Amino acid sequence: MKLEICNLKKKYEKKTVLDGVSFTLEDGEGLCLMGSSGCGKTTLLRILMRLEKPDEGAVYGIEKLRISAVFQEDRLFDDLSAIKNVWLVCGSSEESIRHELSEILPAESLDQPVCQLSGGMRRRVSLVRAAMKKSDLILMDEPFAGLDEETKRTVIEYMKKKIKGKMFLFSTHQEEDAHLFGTKILRLAAEHGSVKK
Amino acid sequence: MKKQTARNGRKVIIIFGWILIWQGLSIWIGNDILIAGPVDVGKALIRNIGDPEFIKSAGNSFVKISLGFFLAFSSGVVIASFTHRFPLLGEILQPVITLMKTVPVASVVILLLIWTTSENLSVAVSFMVTFPAIYFQMQEGIRSVDHKLLEMAQVFELSPWKKIWYLYRPAVLPYLAGSCRAAVGMGWKSGIAAEVIGVPNHTIGERLYTAKIYLETADLFAWTIVVLILCSLFEKTVFLVLGWINRKGRTK
Repeated sequence: MKLEICNLKKKYEKKTVLDGVSFTLEDGEGLCLMGSSGCGKTTLLRILMRLEKPDEGAVYGIEKLRISAVFQEDRLFDDLSAIKNVWLVCGSSEESIRHELSEILPAESLDQPVCQLSGGMRRRVSLVRAAMKKSDLILMDEPFAGLDEETKRTVIEYMKKKIKGKMFLFSTHQEEDAHLFGTKILRLAAEHGSVKK
Repeated sequence: MKKQTARNGRKVIIIFGWILIWQGLSIWIGNDILIAGPVDVGKALIRNIGDPEFIKSAGNSFVKISLGFFLAFSSGVVIASFTHRFPLLGEILQPVITLMKTVPVASVVILLLIWTTSENLSVAVSFMVTFPAIYFQMQEGIRSVDHKLLEMAQVFELSPWKKIWYLYRPAVLPYLAGSCRAAVGMGWKSGIAAEVIGVPNHTIGERLYTAKIYLETADLFAWTIVVLILCSLFEKTVFLVLGWINRKGRTK
């Protein structure tokens, strides 16, 4: 499978956030989106999530792909446990969800409502949710924000293992994340919306 | 626990105090037609409960008013969901529902009596009075759903059932509970008023009307107490069901 992004343009009122973004991704390939705040990283991911439409340009091959995502905010059901939050999306058995979650979360936190968990723990729940969903393309908006260095390394190792063979795209402010993940970097520039590779 | 006991005790004392004031007032006025005392009302209540017609009258009114409320609740929830999905339908229905909200109960009752018999009057009136409250609050509840979670559900392609149960249910329940709190009382008051105007056979309204004709103030008070008890029982049942639905969704 192949995802082809051709000359995407997007404006919010007078501000251009994407100005001719093009790239392709194939199975097992990933890209790290980098750039200053407001350069269009989230907008690009939202277009690929089919939550927004570009003003110009096209995305080819997206309709055939099953998408999974990590949003900038965790977007979890606060009253539900980590297990139930993951179950809602992937529908796997409780046992397998518990097993997956316990790889990067303490076992005692799995049955608590997620509103009682720390920001870092909630982040990890949303990452496991994205990893467990049957998908061809995983889109992650600043997935490691709010994680301490040690946890981040553990989580990146977990995600690398889980998304093997899938296409993925993630945004970050830290170049180190891309190196740890071992992906190419796509830099989006805010001023003119141009793309530097 | 101690605080709760103290609060309950205080409540009993306050109620007992008011009953004493009521008894004092009835002795002072000394006219059973103007005001019946609590003792006379108690006797009338026992006499009426012992009457074989009691269950029939109370049951009939209870079933009909509850049915009107149930129909209003279910159709309010369903129609508000549809109008959220199809806003044009909402615009088309808006004048009718606003009219239902503002038209006086007496006008509706008289019109319904012209069109049909008085038998199902309280069902129709209870429905008409409670439907707008439930419909408008349901709309508010749907609008309050977290749009970020809706986007998440869209990206992850959650099934419609999961969306309804985990996204919409927690958002609309507080609004529905609020509307029910007001609507149950309104439904009972207007349902009984409709029965008093239409005087359908074997209903509380008919018994209240008879009490009025024969100036039996004690009977009037006794049947009013019956209405209060039935309304309170019904309200408790509604909130028990809503509470159960709320708890059911929270299980891990």
